[in-house]
Amino acid sequence: MAKSLVLINLGGMVLNLEKKIERLTLLLRIDGELDMHTASDLRQAIDSEIEKRGIRTVILNLQDVQFVDSSGLGVILGRYKKLLPLGGKLKITNVPPHIYKIMELSGLPKIISFYIDEAHAYEEGRGA
Amino acid sequence: MKSNQITLTFSSIAENVSIARLLIASIGGQLDLSLNDIEELKVAVSEAVSNAIIHGYQSVPNNIVYLNLEIADDTLIIVVKDEGCGISNVEQAMQPAYSTDPERMGLGFVFMQSFMDELQVESKLEVGTTVTMKKRFKQTPISSH
Repeated sequence: MAKSLVLINLGGMVLNLEKKIERLTLLLRIDGELDMHTASDLRQAIDSEIEKRGIRTVILNLQDVQFVDSSGLGVILGRYKKLLPLGGKLKITNVPPHIYKIMELSGLPKIISFYIDEAHAYEEGRGA
Repeated sequence: MKSNQITLTFSSIAENVSIARLLIASIGGQLDLSLNDIEELKVAVSEAVSNAIIHGYQSVPNNIVYLNLEIADDTLIIVVKDEGCGISNVEQAMQPAYSTDPERMGLGFVFMQSFMDELQVESKLEVGTTVTMKKRFKQTPISSH
């Protein structure tokens, strides 16, 4: 475990994804750097759950994301676009300030809903 | 007067983008730049190197990307070069939201432009693309002054 943490800090080559599935909601806690190398891991992780389990709400907790560039943002936007015609939703929580700055510049917060934490993301839309 | 120069050449594979970022972060640390400035430099370098791999070399791995970092007086000059397919219309490629791939946001050049003081893109079809980015930083004042 300690070894993989060192790898993330030094090279950003490892993306750790912690998955939680509750009914049709997938929660992903992302730990690492989101760039062109790791973006495909994230895409596959989300798309396979949408296709296999019929997941319709995806919550991304970005608390432990250390870096994001346009490749990472592209995958997030791509999942939003994939869920939309399925009647699904993409929600983002716990965004560190320096990551939010990049997202803001891209205009992503105008399209995708941001929440302060997982509880707020789960709450919104529940029982509606 | 500070002056320094580093060149890194590496294979056009995705794993190397983070190594390019590590290098610019280390240089930023040497120059005493703020964490925010270093973050922005990392994004700019990440975009330029990703472009070289994805667009310049069409994601074909056995090619070489050149990264050159130069510090001259109060300016950090970053050059990212590929010998790939080149861009037919540089002006169009630099437009926000222009992308050849729907999964991508077309924000690479926007980020480079936003985070750097100067951005220059030279490209020739079948010859390659050279991206030159400049960032001016404040020199640490000389204590005897």
